[in-house]
Amino acid sequence: MSTVMKIENLEAKIGDKKILKGLNLELEAGKVHAIMGPNGAGKSTLSKTIVGHYDVEVLGGDITYKGKSIVDMDAEERALEGIFLSFQHPVEIPGVNNAYFLRTALNAKRKYEGKEELNAAEFLRLMKNHLEMLGMKSDMISRSLNEGFSGGEKKRNEILQMLILEPEVIILDEIDSGLDIDALRAVSEGINKMKDGKRTFLVITHYSRILDYIEPDYIHVLKDGKVIKTAGPELVAQLEEHGYDAIEEE
Amino acid sequence: MANEGLDKAVSGEYALGFEIDIETETVPPGLDESTIAFISKKKEEPEWMLELRLKALKKWETMTEPHWAKLDYTPINYQSISYFAAPKEQIDSLDEVDPKILEAYEKLGISLEEQKQLAGVKVAVDAVVDSVSVKTTYSEELEKHGVIFCSISDAIREHPELVKKYMFSVVPMADNYFAALNSAVFTDGTFVYIPKGVRCPMELSTYFRINALNTGQFERTLIIADEGSHVSYNEGCSAPTRGEHQLHAAVVELIILKDAEIKYSTIQNWYPGDENGKGGIYNFVTKRAICEGDNSKVSWTQVETGSAITWKYPSCILKGDNSVGEFYSVAVTTLAQQADTGTKMIHIGKNTRSTIISKGISAMKGQNTYRGLVKINASAVGARNYSECDSLLIGSNCGAHTFPYLESKDTQGQVEHEATTSKISDEQLFYLRQRGITEEDAVSMIVHGFCKQVFSQLPMEYAVEAKALLELTLEGSVG
Repeated sequence: MSTVMKIENLEAKIGDKKILKGLNLELEAGKVHAIMGPNGAGKSTLSKTIVGHYDVEVLGGDITYKGKSIVDMDAEERALEGIFLSFQHPVEIPGVNNAYFLRTALNAKRKYEGKEELNAAEFLRLMKNHLEMLGMKSDMISRSLNEGFSGGEKKRNEILQMLILEPEVIILDEIDSGLDIDALRAVSEGINKMKDGKRTFLVITHYSRILDYIEPDYIHVLKDGKVIKTAGPELVAQLEEHGYDAIEEE
Repeated sequence: MANEGLDKAVSGEYALGFEIDIETETVPPGLDESTIAFISKKKEEPEWMLELRLKALKKWETMTEPHWAKLDYTPINYQSISYFAAPKEQIDSLDEVDPKILEAYEKLGISLEEQKQLAGVKVAVDAVVDSVSVKTTYSEELEKHGVIFCSISDAIREHPELVKKYMFSVVPMADNYFAALNSAVFTDGTFVYIPKGVRCPMELSTYFRINALNTGQFERTLIIADEGSHVSYNEGCSAPTRGEHQLHAAVVELIILKDAEIKYSTIQNWYPGDENGKGGIYNFVTKRAICEGDNSKVSWTQVETGSAITWKYPSCILKGDNSVGEFYSVAVTTLAQQADTGTKMIHIGKNTRSTIISKGISAMKGQNTYRGLVKINASAVGARNYSECDSLLIGSNCGAHTFPYLESKDTQGQVEHEATTSKISDEQLFYLRQRGITEEDAVSMIVHGFCKQVFSQLPMEYAVEAKALLELTLEGSVG
């Protein structure tokens, strides 16, 4: 197996509260990893720590991505290196055109990779194709970033960004929250399209519903700031039946 | 952590701080009747103008400087300012502009040579350096359409009937302290007259440059749009980087007759001073428009990035029935800049409408105040106003203040006011950075988004300039 990301003994706090308490996790390249756990277990903190969120202070341990430690890297550099977070609550940015934003992001990445930047026409073609696939209206091109978007539109827009930016490690933080069944289907379709055996997914979820749509390869149970169990997808049924309390630390 | 790059990102360089190396004729500092007589004589003015100036001086001497604005500055010593400075004219070339001035204007992105203008986008320019207009382009071509576009000094000599009728008609001589001072000592500025039914065939503009040391600039602009006419006018300005404060006290009067329209845009980029408040322009300006006729319209759009102190309230008197007044403003204060700016909408005619969109951006130690008045007289049946005042804070040492005043005597009038203050949130910055966009680009993207409603009101070439200027003001590394 080839490991794309390795988290070792990670300790981190938000404010004065220590949340991650010696977390270990290995992400196998090309696989779908689901992180499940009760409220307050540290699921969102884990995703924030990986992407370098300003709220989080790392106290100990390390995160290596493709063999390099990333804990001291700027957030934008981690993004350019291929780590993408689909936000649980995407923030609204008034007046910033969605297409303009996304083209800027894509061209920043292309430049970083030494590729030619896309001009406006080339980019629009690319964006339109993806919009159709996600069942999104073409006014997504001209609307302001997340401004006045419904919950479903926001999540679809996250997936749209993922499709266009083509990251290598994709963290989906509660991607199914607030989605109706149609939106959930469209979002899952977008995600499954990205499953090509090379990209790695970290699906952070409270409920198992999303896992009916995106089949996980591994389930990691997170409790009190640590991964207490790792197993195959069969664990989902067990969790549904007995809850998190029945899981014993391995 | 998210804030640490911000100060660096918003302490923009002032790119236009160079000095034009020309010989200047300057009157010694001080202000009394002899100064006025000197200015009037320099400008070869008729006797009636000199009398009006002297009358204004007398009134000014009885007035006191107003201090109701939320501005904190060292007192201005009016006797230590020189009230007239002009580039020395070259011998034998009365019509020729000093090549150094031409070069300086090229550097500012303005061509004073008509043949050098890009095809398709003709912009007529009145170029004012310190106290004099050095060149007005396209005057002859405009004359064919009956449009008068010249310096105010020329207008006083050549079109006295129009000047006598309209000057002081919108901003009375003793309207306020700074207007009275201007009325006494005003030097150059622009005069525009658009005749009945004429749509001005090109954009008109004035570019004001303060160059000389220890001088003030006191320009006066008068624009008259006769019935059914239309004009789009733009002004720009800049000044050298100096350690001393310089005073700029201008007056602008707009008269809009029946069915006419004036669109007035300003990109204000006076030297802002440094981060400790050293140097920079004190900008005390009175701008007012009267929609005299029915169905007339005036639109003020301003992008204010410069000046140490800004005191400015472009206003609209909506006298004609169905007349429309608009005010779109972006005011940026960074470093130690202070701005107290806004508008007044005075509704007199029936069914008059006004719109106010004000965007204040504060960074570093900048203090930004919106002050606006919406007044609806009893006669203004069916009047409507919509106001939106938004403030954006970058960092935590700056401030934003909003003072909206409303006086309504018409119980049926519709007045809507919305105000928001937001901080560029760490969450917004982080979102963009998580997509691989640098912090600096992220700040600039959020700021541009915030200003979009106002920029979309500017003529295209100026919108591009305004965006670039904002970038320069707020981003240390650009340019």
